[in-house]
Amino acid sequence: MKRLKDVATIIRSKNSGPYELTFDVIFTDKASFDRFCQEKIFNKGTVAKLYNISEDQVFSIVEFPPAMAVKATIVRPLCSGALGERDVYGAQQHAPLMDLPLADWE
Amino acid sequence: MKEMKILSPTGIVGYGFPEESFFAGVAQKPDLIACDAGSTDPGPYYLGSGKPFTTRSAVKRDMSLMLKAACELNIPLIIGTAGGSGGTPHLQREIDIVFEIAEEHKLSFNFVTISSEFDKEFLVRELKDGKMLPLGVAPLATEEDIRSCTRVVAQMGVEPIIEALDNDAQVILCGRCYDPAPFAAPAIRNGFSEALATHLGKILECACIAATPGSGSDCIMGYLYEDSFSVEPCTPKRICTTTSIAAHTLYEKSNPYLLPGPGGTLDLRECTFIQETERRVRVRGSKFIPQERKNVKLEGTRFIGCRTISICGNRDFLFIKELDSILEGLKKRTAENLKGAEFYYQLDFIVYGKNGVMGALEPNPIVTSHEVGLVIDAVADTQEHANTVCSVARSTLLHYGYPGRMATAGNLAFPFSPSDIEVGDVYNFAVYCLLENEHPKDLFPRTYYHVENGEVTT
Repeated sequence: MKRLKDVATIIRSKNSGPYELTFDVIFTDKASFDRFCQEKIFNKGTVAKLYNISEDQVFSIVEFPPAMAVKATIVRPLCSGALGERDVYGAQQHAPLMDLPLADWE
Repeated sequence: MKEMKILSPTGIVGYGFPEESFFAGVAQKPDLIACDAGSTDPGPYYLGSGKPFTTRSAVKRDMSLMLKAACELNIPLIIGTAGGSGGTPHLQREIDIVFEIAEEHKLSFNFVTISSEFDKEFLVRELKDGKMLPLGVAPLATEEDIRSCTRVVAQMGVEPIIEALDNDAQVILCGRCYDPAPFAAPAIRNGFSEALATHLGKILECACIAATPGSGSDCIMGYLYEDSFSVEPCTPKRICTTTSIAAHTLYEKSNPYLLPGPGGTLDLRECTFIQETERRVRVRGSKFIPQERKNVKLEGTRFIGCRTISICGNRDFLFIKELDSILEGLKKRTAENLKGAEFYYQLDFIVYGKNGVMGALEPNPIVTSHEVGLVIDAVADTQEHANTVCSVARSTLLHYGYPGRMATAGNLAFPFSPSDIEVGDVYNFAVYCLLENEHPKDLFPRTYYHVENGEVTT
């Protein structure tokens, strides 16, 4: 089965300010980007499930055709640098996205 | 056609840039050198402690090249968020560096510093007047939050910088600054579109991160026109593509179409990116939606204690199998062993090999490797108390008995002696919200100097 990493050139995470964590997926080709958007594979439910959080912690999902990109932003589990922090910059939270299954994609 | 060339040498002053790229940029005779120096990415410590996250010698090297070039070309040099966080001590270190360079090279220029650190009682009054607004998911600051902060800064927009330029400033060091402002302010003052100037500033502030291969420490040039702008790296080793520029528009923000900042929102919904040459991208269609009521973003951090850590490892599958119950038991045992010594502390364990990187977000928190790395993280009200908590937890874990244990000589491998490391002061973000103000220029006081052959007069 194809996974998101098979159709993307960039999959990354980063802080968007100290209270938010934002994920970018940039696709290899327009066909994959269009299909991904059309099938609405990225939605609050899928992102919440990938990160073991509730849907209300996912506050936006945006498609950005100029970059063939899809973006999701979640509430940081902790404000950056708070006690219990694991990733101050938020740059290593992307891995679960790489394995997102793309059902029926050949 | 009217054109303004803006050289951005590096993503953060002190991150360095190749001389070759910089002089290639300078040879194009830019109208402005501008550079960002700040970020909240490295966390709350730097704003709170007053310490820059760049080293003095690295900043001096970058500043020397920029300052000398600006003087030779007789163009403005504008640095945003001096010293990384833009507080008064951060700004002061960079002022000292500028004076030192000026003296060594006998430079002459008009110099302005713009401060952005706020009096806390002023902010409390503004809060009571209803002038503070929440920002995104961050909670609105309370009176107690504001007073607890070591330091609160606000991000200035273009207004104070334009004011400094109106007063003949050539070299401007800004305190905390909206990242695009040092690039956009002179352009807006010269009559260019606020939307285009701000959008160009957004791209230039990260230097070659918007190029491919990307780099936060290489030079890029922005070419601003009346109806559009272009960007091109100063080195032939990198190019800008429509994808690299568009992809950068996504970077570190939640919505790539609408980018809020002081004074209004940059609207990129109708933006087009065109490959102009093999190395240059042209951008059109950026719009700006002015705010009805102007505001600036506040950032404040408070001291919460001191930290001591111990780094160690374990390579015993019997221990790893029992890890969760061992760490839970260790917390209880440490509390018992510290009973009577009443002080505030927090004890945490980071387990590399389990969920050390993602913590609560880890969808698969099981250990599959033959070894784990542990960081014992103790934070307490004083350094001495943090040392005590770390030491008690570390020695208790070393000899902790668990079901099925075979290695009774010790549970931990320490790579270092001493095993415990004093990390020092710990800060938290405590204020992160908006402050409404109709006169943003007046919020950021300016200090004027004249430097003549390296000698400073106020």
